[in-house]
Order: sequence, then structure tokens, then C-alpha cells
Amino acid sequence: MPDLGLDVLFKGKNMLRLLGGLWTAVEISLIAVALSIPLGILLGIIMTSKNPIVKAVTRIYLEFVRIMPQLVLLFIVFFGSTGALGWNISGELASVIVFTAWGTAEMGDLVRGALISIPKHQYESAAALSLTSAQTYIYVIIPQTVRRLIPLSINLITRMIKTTSLILMIGVVEVLKVAQQIIEANRMTSPNAAFGVYLAVLLIYFILCWPISLLARRLEKKWG
Amino acid sequence: MADELLTAEHLVKRFDDNTVLDDVSLSVKKGEVIVVVGPSGCGKSTLLRCLNALEPIQGGKITLDGEAVVYGSKNLAAIRQKIGMVFQSYDLFPHLSVLDNILLAPVKAQKRKKDEAAAEAMKLLERVGLADKAKSFPRQLSGGQKQRVAIVRALCMHPVMMLFDEVTAALDPEMVREVLDVMLNLAKQGMTMIIVTHEMQFAKAIADRVVFLENGEIIEDTDPNTFFEHPQTERAKQFLNIFSFERSKKDEKN
Repeated sequence: MPDLGLDVLFKGKNMLRLLGGLWTAVEISLIAVALSIPLGILLGIIMTSKNPIVKAVTRIYLEFVRIMPQLVLLFIVFFGSTGALGWNISGELASVIVFTAWGTAEMGDLVRGALISIPKHQYESAAALSLTSAQTYIYVIIPQTVRRLIPLSINLITRMIKTTSLILMIGVVEVLKVAQQIIEANRMTSPNAAFGVYLAVLLIYFILCWPISLLARRLEKKWG
Repeated sequence: MADELLTAEHLVKRFDDNTVLDDVSLSVKKGEVIVVVGPSGCGKSTLLRCLNALEPIQGGKITLDGEAVVYGSKNLAAIRQKIGMVFQSYDLFPHLSVLDNILLAPVKAQKRKKDEAAAEAMKLLERVGLADKAKSFPRQLSGGQKQRVAIVRALCMHPVMMLFDEVTAALDPEMVREVLDVMLNLAKQGMTMIIVTHEMQFAKAIADRVVFLENGEIIEDTDPNTFFEHPQTERAKQFLNIFSFERSKKDEKN
């Protein structure tokens, strides 16, 4: 049987170190998600505005953040802010900024989509039943919007967690970076460690994201 | 004029340059059933929507029970409690059960006790044969059942009059009857109603007055017998001929 280098995982504190790296990634995505959701809801509501200038500005923001590869955004914020503005921000902070900007854009678009997908006659029949516009939003529109939104935003969370694997490029020691360090450290004793360690990373991401995406699918079915 | 429940005087409604209602005046007495007919696009639905201020009007005046109905006014919610409306599209709230659909407005807008409103809702559901569907969700109902629930939902607010905007137009033929029967029963109980419909047989049976609308103008406003048997205008004759075409073909074969 070929040596898959799985033994490296059980040497010393390697497994714990991997999980520590995972926590860094999860922490950054959780902070970014926690900021993105309220900001995204706000942006989404603003995006349904009929004002053409507001529409154009939010649209440009959305397209810019979405079209730019996340890695480029990370480089701009991390290296660019140091070079151009003389700020010395940490990799973690740069990651939170980029992921929040990206998450807000994506979340905003989801909220906008959910809001405009509520048919006009829902507003009208609520009005004809003499509900005030605040009551219409609280009891009719928002509950329907949230039901459409939750599965989609859960998917966004898994995408954000996965994309944190890029932040090793700006020096943040997250799970993938720890994996590289472990492989490097064991190059002499287990030259094949790469397979086993990266396999472990893959499984870790899977175990983390799979339940989340199952939950999303379940909610989608329940409310769809 | 004392027994007039709703009056609309010289209504003008424009969408941009397009005049949809052109000086339309209509008055409805308490207990009266008015059927509005006319070719599609003639402004029938718009007329109904203006009557409870879902649309702003560019001219004229609407009065319900002595109170002015004004688009965007502060007491509009109070006035709308008196007007029940049922639309063509299934307008139930999909995230609420049948019972919660019915109870939302009585409890939230009229601040009634939930138990009391629920008891009334169940009684009304029973009357339209849907008591066993109280816990169901709209997606589990047929089109006809949804429209009956929508009628109950409007009735539970104790409206003084009802507006029906082509409520059977989106239904399969076999479901039309169950909805129309509910409306016929309402008429028997003396409910004041304005009904927009394409069901001419039904119009004949239920109407106290028929209003024929074309190009945003009222062309005829008369009793159903006169309208269907001896229409006064050429345009009304032409309109009614559309519906009698099939029948005359059958006659030829015999």
C-alpha cells in the first residue's frame, strides 16, 4: 500500500493545529457574515429604490465587487492600503473588510431579488384588507421575503467559508496555510504527506459546509 | 339620495396619456347588485380599483357612506374596512394557513379578539363548504377553493359592500360555479356588490343593474332584462353578439 502520509496528521499536535487554522477561517467568515447580513438587507432595500442615481451607484458597486476576483480584492486592500495610504492593517482585518464588502453585495442582490419577487397583488390585497403599509410589511411581505432569503443566504455563508482559503495569500494562517506548514515540516520524514494532509483539509471543509448546505436545501423545500 | 351607499362622480383616470376612465359616474344603493360588463381593456377593473383607492384618480369624487374616499388619505384604512374586495389573481397570503389568512386583518387592522374572529371565520368557512380546510395552506387548495377563501376573508371584516374583480376569470370552468354560487348567496342576503365579470348568464341572474363600459365611458346603465334583451346602443348589441355567436351556430344545425 502506498504511503499516503496520513500518519503525519496524528504526529504531535498537527490535527489540533489544523483545527486551529480552521477556526481562524471560520472566525473571519462569521464576522464577515454577521456584518454582511444587516448591511446586505439595507443595501437590498436601497436597491429597490426607483431613484436612477441610487440604482446606478448600487449596481456599479455590486458588479464591481462581484466581477473582481476575491483574490484581487484581497491584494488591493491588504497591499494597496499599505502602499497608497500608508496604513498597516493586518491580514485578518483586510480579509474581514473584503469578505464583508463582497458578502454585502451578494446579500444585497439576494434581498433585492426576494423583495421584487413578491407579486404586486400581495401588497394590493393587503391594502384592500385595510392593513396599513407598516402592517403589510410586517405580516405579509417580510415573512415571505425571509422565507425566500434564508436558504439563499445560507448558501452564501458556505461560499464565504470556502473562499477564505484564499486569505493565506495575504499571510493569514488559516487551515490551508497550516496544512502547508505541516507538509513542509515533515518533508524529510514523510515526503508523501501532501496527499494525506490536503485530504484532511478537504474533509474538514466538507464536514463544515455539508450540514449547512443540507439545512439550506431542507428550508428551501419546506418553504418553497 | 339618502339610501345611496357609494357614489362616484365624474371619475377621470389616466395612465400617462392614456385616459382609462373618462367622466364615469355611478351610484350604488344599499343592497343593490351592480354588474359591470364590457370588452377587455375598457376600464372595468380600473373602475373597481379606483373605488377603494388602490389607484389615484385624476378627477372626480368618490363617497362611501358619506365619507370621501381619497387615495393616500389618512383615514383610508378605516374606509377600506367597509369595502371587501376580491381579485382575479389568487391573492391569498401563501405563508399563512387559510384561517390565518382570514384572521390577519380582523385581528391586526380591526384589533378584534382572535377567538371571536376565529369563531366567525369558521362559521363563514362552513357556509362556503371549506371548514375542513381551515388549517390548509393556499398551495393545497384548488383555484375555486382559494377564491371562496378570499371571499370569506373579505366578509370577515364586516364590509358594507363588496367589489369582485373578475374573480372567476382565471378558473377552470367546473370551478366557476362554486364561486358564483357563493356570490349568489351573498346577493340573496342583501349584500351590496359591484361585480366585474365575463359570465353573462351569471350577470343576468344576479344583477339589479347592468353597467356597460366601453373605452372608459358608461354606455348603458340599465336593468339586466333591458340590457340583455333590448340593448339600447349599437355597441352593446355588438358586444352581446360576441357571446351569442356559439348559440346561433347550434341553432342552425337543428
